Amino acid sequence: MKVEAPPRLELVGVSKSFPGVRANDAINLKVRSGEIHALLGENGAGKSTLVKMIYGILAPDEGQILFDGALARISNPRAARRLGIGMVFQHFSLFEAMTVLENIALGLDARLSQRELLAEFHRVLDAYHLKLDPRRIVSTLSVGERQRIEIVRALLLDPRLLIMDEPTSVLTPQEVEQLFETLRRLSAGGCSILYISHKLHEIVALCDTATILRGGKVVGTADPRRETSRSMAEMMIGANLKEITKPAERIFGPPKLETQNLSLPKPTEFGVSLKDVTLCVRAGEIFGVAGVAGNGQNELLSALSGETLAPGAEAVILSGEPVGRLRVTERRNLGLCAVPEERHGHAAVSEFSLTDNASLTGRDRMAFVSFGLIDPGKATTYASEVIGAFTVKATGPGALAGSLSGGNLQKFIMGREIMQHPEALVVCQPTWGVDAGAASAIHQAIVDLSARGSAVLVVSQDLDELLTLCDTIAVINLGRLSKTMKVGEASIEEIGLLMGGVHGDPSATIELTEQLHAHPV
Amino acid sequence: MRIRFEKRLAPSRFMLVATPVASVVLTMLLGAIIFQLLGFDGPDAIWQTFVTPIVAPYKWQDVLTKAAPLIIIALGLLLGNQAKIWNIGAEGQYVIGALTGAGLAFAMPGAPAFVAIPVMIAGGIFGGMVWAGMPAVLRTRFHVSEVLSTLMLVYVAMQVLNYLIGGPWKDPNGHNFPQTPPFTAAQTLPHVIPGTVIPPGFLVAIALTLVFWVLTARSVYGFSVRTVGVAPSAARYGGFDASRTVWSTLMISGGMAGLAGILESMSQLGQINLGFPSGYGFTAIIVSFLGRLHPLGVFLAGLILAVTYVGGQVAQTVVHVPEATAGIFQATMLFFILASDILVRYRLRLVRGARRAAAAGAPA
Repeated sequence: MKVEAPPRLELVGVSKSFPGVRANDAINLKVRSGEIHALLGENGAGKSTLVKMIYGILAPDEGQILFDGALARISNPRAARRLGIGMVFQHFSLFEAMTVLENIALGLDARLSQRELLAEFHRVLDAYHLKLDPRRIVSTLSVGERQRIEIVRALLLDPRLLIMDEPTSVLTPQEVEQLFETLRRLSAGGCSILYISHKLHEIVALCDTATILRGGKVVGTADPRRETSRSMAEMMIGANLKEITKPAERIFGPPKLETQNLSLPKPTEFGVSLKDVTLCVRAGEIFGVAGVAGNGQNELLSALSGETLAPGAEAVILSGEPVGRLRVTERRNLGLCAVPEERHGHAAVSEFSLTDNASLTGRDRMAFVSFGLIDPGKATTYASEVIGAFTVKATGPGALAGSLSGGNLQKFIMGREIMQHPEALVVCQPTWGVDAGAASAIHQAIVDLSARGSAVLVVSQDLDELLTLCDTIAVINLGRLSKTMKVGEASIEEIGLLMGGVHGDPSATIELTEQLHAHPV
Repeated sequence: MRIRFEKRLAPSRFMLVATPVASVVLTMLLGAIIFQLLGFDGPDAIWQTFVTPIVAPYKWQDVLTKAAPLIIIALGLLLGNQAKIWNIGAEGQYVIGALTGAGLAFAMPGAPAFVAIPVMIAGGIFGGMVWAGMPAVLRTRFHVSEVLSTLMLVYVAMQVLNYLIGGPWKDPNGHNFPQTPPFTAAQTLPHVIPGTVIPPGFLVAIALTLVFWVLTARSVYGFSVRTVGVAPSAARYGGFDASRTVWSTLMISGGMAGLAGILESMSQLGQINLGFPSGYGFTAIIVSFLGRLHPLGVFLAGLILAVTYVGGQVAQTVVHVPEATAGIFQATMLFFILASDILVRYRLRLVRGARRAAAAGAPA
């Protein structure tokens, strides 16, 4: 009888609790050698907690971790790396002002001379057909290139298990393809990969096995090649998926929100300057702005909301009126509402109650204020109305914003703006880190708002989201906005190229961007 | 078995109120032990410091007199502290406010009371605002930390005081003491409201406590200040301007300190002398934190700190403890209140089975 080799990684009954939640409950998981294993689940399902225990950042409360069949005590990331576990995080830990090679040297446990390190660096690049210039300063690199630094850093250790946490959320479609090539090559060489994602088509394209987590528990194991995206999605959320209902015939009114040659200098040294952004969103239209993170999205949003003032009044126009020099409150009173990307500390104050968060943006439009005093009764009523209308799960208007889950807080924030009946609404990453149920509710609310005649501008890195939600789409790259395209007429390849295509050659990228994003004069 | 801090889901309201009370109690306990070890009668020192001023009616006027400037200054500071704009130079604004009011008094010696008193008070507020305005310019224009600039201006204010009372404003009939001439009857307020033990400044403190209560609890301005302190980006998004908040909180705290200064000199001293800067501006920082940055809390905390001032003097004469006693108690109280802050956001838990974590922490 042939004895099967022990799995590369095995988890037996691993549990972890935090105050108020059981993040992982008796998780069992097996990853074979050379397998690409997907860990699938919504935000808050416990994926990150689980991999943090495997990488030694957190200690499990109960259960065992076996590596190559032997009981492993992984007390810190260094111990994990010694075992041969590498991890590429969703948020990179890189020093912007240092070179690629310096960043890699800083992340290594072993001390290598510059020459040895460079030789090792090129060995890894050659083995996996990766492109990366060791002398470039990190702040000049695209997000895809930065991720490559993290990958090379992990590969230098010749890992036998590589953990990838949501690696594609910051990549263009072309870069995703390149990453998959690399991962397949790795797996062919015997390295196991634990691939965390909630993007189902990627998992179908890449993975051999999928373990699905929901509410901290394993709810199933599937072979992605035999399942459809839909069936896995329903396992992941534990319910049937709701489709957005959108009127077939979309009729647009006059322009509501426009920018004309909006240019702004960099807000900080590592920020992005806006260059000649011209766009027009009509009444009833949903306008999407696609692009890789860090290409001027936040700068565009704050220029529209009024957090940054435009150089001239005519640069931002609301319902025909120039508002570029007006401040946040003045623009809001004219009907321009906004939802920035970061929920905690920007769109909402975590330490404040929902009532106070309702006052944050609703106080003037919803008339809570008289003689400089806020009427707490009116604010509480409005917060309750938002909670009711958007089915926000909270103990009441007195609940602290920070106590809500990401999805519920986002529903509250979106509801708070939508129920102010804005003429134009600008939202950034409306469903970032939000569970599927909340995401579809938010999408439906955006569609309904546009159907009532408001102009909506959605900034998102999730191309699928924009293609299902929007009527028109434009791409932002290096602070420039491309021409406007009709959704349905634009091809994914073209959008991918506009997003910056495959990075690696900065001057060619800039040139390409300038060509592709040039506006017809 | 070991003790672990665990983050609470929401800040504890009980601890918010309980920790200031506990800080006062712990200060008394620790004080008793320390003075006992130093060879004094520890419990008696505590009794004289913390209890005598409360139970002895003849000390009440003293307590209220000391409480008035502490409460007025601390009310002004609480908005800035909520916005995390730290004015620690109220002492200097207090001095400059008093000097400005006094200067106006000397400039119009014959003015009747109904002119002189409002003008002096307005001058006091204005002087404090000007002194706090310099850090505001430095902070909003040149990004200079207001912690340093407000504190350093205290020493400048002291030099201005020394110069004026020793030079141009020196009392010609003052036997060469560094002090100004006394204010005239039309330029002074009474020590106490006739027939009571309540000094006029204390009435002002009560009225301002109510004003600040409404301001912090209900007004858009109070809301903007809290938002700027907790989440600056959210404040910008909500339409609250950060540099306007720097300006307004420094103007308010400076103006309030100046008001306290002129009231003190008009009603208690009747002139300005070398002993005028008595540390109220610094102690008020303790008052604002002990009062949990809430106007009612500040009112109570001001009374408690005033008790320690008066009681410290009692303990000096009765138990013969050193002059620094009151200061030691006040500082201890601030340490306790700041240290116990963690209990508002975290809970203590006893954890069994610390072996694994201990092993993890050991060097490999």
